[in-house]
Amino acid sequence: MSTIAAAPRTWDEFMEGIWKQNPVFVMVLGMCPTLAVTVSGVNALSMGVATSFVLVCSCALVSLMRSFTPKEVRIAVYIVIIATFVTVVDYAIQAISLALYDALGAFIQLIVVNCIILGRAEAHASKNAPVPAMINAAGMGVGFTIGLLALGVVREIFGAGTLFGVSLFSANFQPWVIMVLPPGGFFVLGSWLLLFSWWARRKEAQQNA
Amino acid sequence: MHETAFQIFVNALLANNFVLAMFLGLCPFLGVSGKLETAFPMGIATTFVMLVASLCAYGLNLLLTTFHLEFLRLISYIVIIASSVQLVEMVLKKYSPTLFRALGIYLPLITTNCAVLGVALFQTAREYDFIQSMTFSFGGGAGFTLALVLMASVRERLQLSSVPEVAQGTALSLMLAGILSLAFMGFAGLGG
Amino acid sequence: MNQTVIPIHPAPSQAPAQPPSPQATPTGAMLRTMGLVSTICGLIIVGAYQSTLGAVAANKKIALERAVFKVIPAAKTIAEFVALPGGEVKEKVGAGETAAGALTFYAAYDGSGQLAGIAAEGGAKGYADTVRIMYGYSPTCACIVGLGVVSMRETPGIGDKIITDKAFLANFVSLDAKLNGELKALANEIKTVKHGAKTNAWQIDAISGATITSRAVGKAINESAQSLLPRLVPNLDKLKKS
Repeated sequence: MSTIAAAPRTWDEFMEGIWKQNPVFVMVLGMCPTLAVTVSGVNALSMGVATSFVLVCSCALVSLMRSFTPKEVRIAVYIVIIATFVTVVDYAIQAISLALYDALGAFIQLIVVNCIILGRAEAHASKNAPVPAMINAAGMGVGFTIGLLALGVVREIFGAGTLFGVSLFSANFQPWVIMVLPPGGFFVLGSWLLLFSWWARRKEAQQNA
Repeated sequence: MHETAFQIFVNALLANNFVLAMFLGLCPFLGVSGKLETAFPMGIATTFVMLVASLCAYGLNLLLTTFHLEFLRLISYIVIIASSVQLVEMVLKKYSPTLFRALGIYLPLITTNCAVLGVALFQTAREYDFIQSMTFSFGGGAGFTLALVLMASVRERLQLSSVPEVAQGTALSLMLAGILSLAFMGFAGLGG
Repeated sequence: MNQTVIPIHPAPSQAPAQPPSPQATPTGAMLRTMGLVSTICGLIIVGAYQSTLGAVAANKKIALERAVFKVIPAAKTIAEFVALPGGEVKEKVGAGETAAGALTFYAAYDGSGQLAGIAAEGGAKGYADTVRIMYGYSPTCACIVGLGVVSMRETPGIGDKIITDKAFLANFVSLDAKLNGELKALANEIKTVKHGAKTNAWQIDAISGATITSRAVGKAINESAQSLLPRLVPNLDKLKKS
């Protein structure tokens, strides 16, 4: 594996996680936090940032340790590293805002079992130098954050009539409570996937024509 | 405040169903719910691991609280879950090869199932005692199995109907899960 | 600190669990890696814990003060107390363990240092999950004078009206919480009744359409007050600032 990445390749690595392999819309990974915390834009953004931080830090450390990690214990090593950074994030969020900590609930600690992170550590960081690994991880993190925001924003607008806490509609707007309840999460993500699938199909049809 | 064991069980099974109300364990829920014959063993295997993990987490939490090492809780829980999955795998392999062959391929998947870590974290946060913890994890596992089996049955039936091509795959599964989740909301308030 | 962290780390026990294979890495190498990872991770965790400790404690204090000031608006400072099962009341010092059966409550003082009221937490099962509340108790009128919600997962737009519904909150302006003659329990059990059926000062008028959540609030207050007030009321003098 080459450790020196040319500039265009670096950009491609970064964009891969955002678009072609978007963890939420394309790979459908890490669904639990995606659906559980996206009742508002702020929650979605904080969760995305927290996950990205864990992703980048763990991938950096996994990559640094890659040459002297025997393959028999690699998963255990990855899990310990990931759990460490999740604990760090957990305390950092408590120190920044308790209200946010309560809103995200147990899902901060559940970042540990987010398959995206273990997947990145195993598939990319364990085979690449720290810098490319971090760039790839950052791309995935941004892609995950975008996915969370796409859900959070839609659910907040319809479910509470606000966007990042700013009221959008007149007082006559009756919020669609279903949007902030569990079924709403499934419906909104399902609708996004439908939209993307329809769009991909249309593009394909145009190319063939 | 003092929930009876029965209330905890009913709540974990239906009203606060792990998958459909708490969004825990969605990856296997979407991934393994295609066929009934794989969904049921997966549910049973997860329930089994949940019980073992809950038992270990309960003991571990006592130890951590005694030594005031609460900040190591997360890291030790995840390690103990990974170890108990491996332990379950080895025990099954030795004593029940038939069961091991049926469940074998699902066991490693369970390590990254957030429902298992969720059980451990929730029972700690709610300060359940031993009996309550065990009931909670059993109810949660049963609820997970129930959701998985329901979903698999619906998806098997759906294969016979003509679905627009654009809606096939994950999008359809998510819509189905949404409808199931809506139905499970009717159970809210059941556990008094 | 680190010395205590690493030895109890369960991770290294993973290494021998791996089945030995012909070209397996020597156990020493595996243990070395696990030990190194555990050391690094232990250092990171302890570092993060120590550096956020102050900020987290400050945040918790602010959140607690805000919750208490909401239910006792006259309050300016608070002190934490515990009521022991034997009926003894004493100030809580430090973050040490509380004895079994001890109830924690907060005494709130106004600007001139006079006791403005008592705040305590309670919880009961609501529609979706436990509804945790904080209520303010005024010793002068022997009644509940304020209600705040600590945490809940009730249905938005229905159950969460207990925070916003003005008619419901009016129940907690002077909700009767007198003790009976022997000072062993409340003279009248605090109870939530159906919307529009409130006839006595110790009853809570439920929100129409959110009866289960309203009932949880009543139950939470009643359970907490029944156990706390009999211990508290005979010891009110101890709460006065010296």
